[in-house]
Amino acid sequence: MGMVLGFGFLQAACTPLLPFARGDEHAREMAELKLEEYFKRNYRLMTDEEKRETIQRLERLYELETGTRPEISMEGPRENVLYGYAFNISKCRGYLECVKACVQENNQDRSTDMRYIRIHEIPGSEFSMERADDSFYHEVPAEGHMYVGTQCFHCDNPPCVEVCPVQATWREEDGIVVVDYDWCIGCRYCQAACPYDGRRFNWKTPHIPEDEVNLNQHYLGNRLRKKGVMEKCTFCIQRTRQGRLPACVEACPTGARVFGNLLDPNSEIRWILENKKVFRLKEDLGTEPKFWYYMD
Amino acid sequence: MRTVGAFFRDALDNVTAGSLGYHLWMGFLTFLMLLGAYAYSVQLREGLIVTGMYDYVSWGLYISNFTFLVGVAAAALMLVLPTYVFQDTDFVRAVLFGEGMAVAALIMCLAFVVVDMGGPARLWHMIPIIGIFNWPRSMLTWDVIVLNVYLVINLTVPFYILYHHYQGRKPNPRVYLPGVVLSLFWAVGIHLVTAFLYAGLPARPFWNSSLLGPRFLASAFAAGPALMILILTVINRTTPYTITASTIQKLSLVVTGAAQVNLIMLVSEMFKEFYWPTEHSKSAIYLFFGLDGHSALVPWMWTSLGLTAVATAVLTVPALRRRRPVLLACSALLFVGIWIEKGMGLIVPGFVPEPWGRIFVEYSPTWVEWTVTLGIWALGAWVFTLLTKVAVGVELRYQQSH
Repeated sequence: MGMVLGFGFLQAACTPLLPFARGDEHAREMAELKLEEYFKRNYRLMTDEEKRETIQRLERLYELETGTRPEISMEGPRENVLYGYAFNISKCRGYLECVKACVQENNQDRSTDMRYIRIHEIPGSEFSMERADDSFYHEVPAEGHMYVGTQCFHCDNPPCVEVCPVQATWREEDGIVVVDYDWCIGCRYCQAACPYDGRRFNWKTPHIPEDEVNLNQHYLGNRLRKKGVMEKCTFCIQRTRQGRLPACVEACPTGARVFGNLLDPNSEIRWILENKKVFRLKEDLGTEPKFWYYMD
Repeated sequence: MRTVGAFFRDALDNVTAGSLGYHLWMGFLTFLMLLGAYAYSVQLREGLIVTGMYDYVSWGLYISNFTFLVGVAAAALMLVLPTYVFQDTDFVRAVLFGEGMAVAALIMCLAFVVVDMGGPARLWHMIPIIGIFNWPRSMLTWDVIVLNVYLVINLTVPFYILYHHYQGRKPNPRVYLPGVVLSLFWAVGIHLVTAFLYAGLPARPFWNSSLLGPRFLASAFAAGPALMILILTVINRTTPYTITASTIQKLSLVVTGAAQVNLIMLVSEMFKEFYWPTEHSKSAIYLFFGLDGHSALVPWMWTSLGLTAVATAVLTVPALRRRRPVLLACSALLFVGIWIEKGMGLIVPGFVPEPWGRIFVEYSPTWVEWTVTLGIWALGAWVFTLLTKVAVGVELRYQQSH
């Protein structure tokens, strides 16, 4: 183990040293930044000072690479907020506008066509994930079908968080389950543990056309990822912590998606939970998803 | 009094000298390791995209081999127990090789885990104090602990005994017996913990079974000693060191018993899945019969089942079991059968169908995975050969002087 670890260290530690041999100012600065990045701590253990420093480094690194500077937020959870989500299965028409918005908002890898959201088409009027198909490719809405969206359910009792050997993923105070992309070691145990297919892995270095990169980022949200780490829906943490709605909710043309604060008795989500017939998926597993389905 | 330094110097002299066959063997293994290293460098550069794994089958050949080899490591128990606890003299001559096999298997295990990581350079995040070690919540951290401790036990106990033999002294049982007894419990522990890693996931009904741990043990105590029988036969033929027929005979009893229990458990699982198939039986249906036109694993699984069943049936007959060629053939069949079943038959179907019931592309390992896997197996064989050569050298001299 030690030997292999040492080898990994060596490989990681030597790569950034290469430019030191050259007199290239840019390359040198990048190498220094990358070296400091490599030795940083888990986000939750950082002091505010350390958080600011790493964000500075990450912004500067991207600037050195591309010439544009992203804006990475470290906004924490708001007081008395617990986010919840409701999905209206009588309204969704399978337009996939949510998917498109999500991919753009969250800087998902275009080269492997990564998507956090899956829309399943179910023939007939009986709700059954058994007969659902998420690979449909035809004009929507198709007559006699219903559509159901799944994504990360931000469980209150998340199995993914439980199994992570390094605590690179955790549930924030406001109920959002996040990943520290720089702490993740890429073992994929959380992906095996998730009963809802909520997680995505970067099998290669993600690629997003430069002019499509969303520069409004959050450290625990849509900032740019690297290869070999896990990512997932974060309820658009970069938007919701500023009081805005997730991109999928905003993009949905039919109003099938509702998002809000479960602790606010006047919120729309609370009204739905109190007045509609709601249900959750795979409730028997005891994961307590904060994602409900309802119908009109 | 010869020192530890002298021990290692002599060991080095021993392993760097040998017959032409020995040098060819080691050269061949080194070549395979280098091939594996090249394939791994490709994987490091490009990412895990060069493997056959993807979001819906996120563990594959690497983790399959890891799981299987944990069993091989645990199987050393079957040699250690009779030697040190039952004082069975037949096993004394074989036990060091059992421990050597455990060491080699554990090194392979750790290597397989490391090559499966998306960010191997970030593994320091697991080290307590400088990193975060999510213990006791995560079963993976339990696995890291038990495997490494088992490795330490299996390095220190044989070293203590060998070093005393090297000095021409008798090792003191009061020193090594506590380690031996600990290793017995630990052997069961490593395989149970590895099984719990899968069994603890309600998201994957195929793994989420109480029988997974016991079945792991049964198949391990069949496959591990089966490999040991093959290895001891080779050692017997290629070195002046003799392994008695009764040692092999007793080992074959262990293999037979474990294989029978393994088969009973397999039948129990199949009954539960197929008598009244539910939503949760889909993985098993996919594995044995194919599902929605996807059937890549079917031939593998039936091959494995055939090999295991035939080998077990033949071994059950004492008259057949006593015939050396039959025993060797059955051991090989059983080993291969269980390797397929623990690999193709356990890890991959756990992911199929994915949580919402869809089957995507079927997983099949790429050349990178096969080459890295081959390289790691070569590493294991290389380590085992070195350990064996040192042990044989020391033991032969010790026996001549006593």
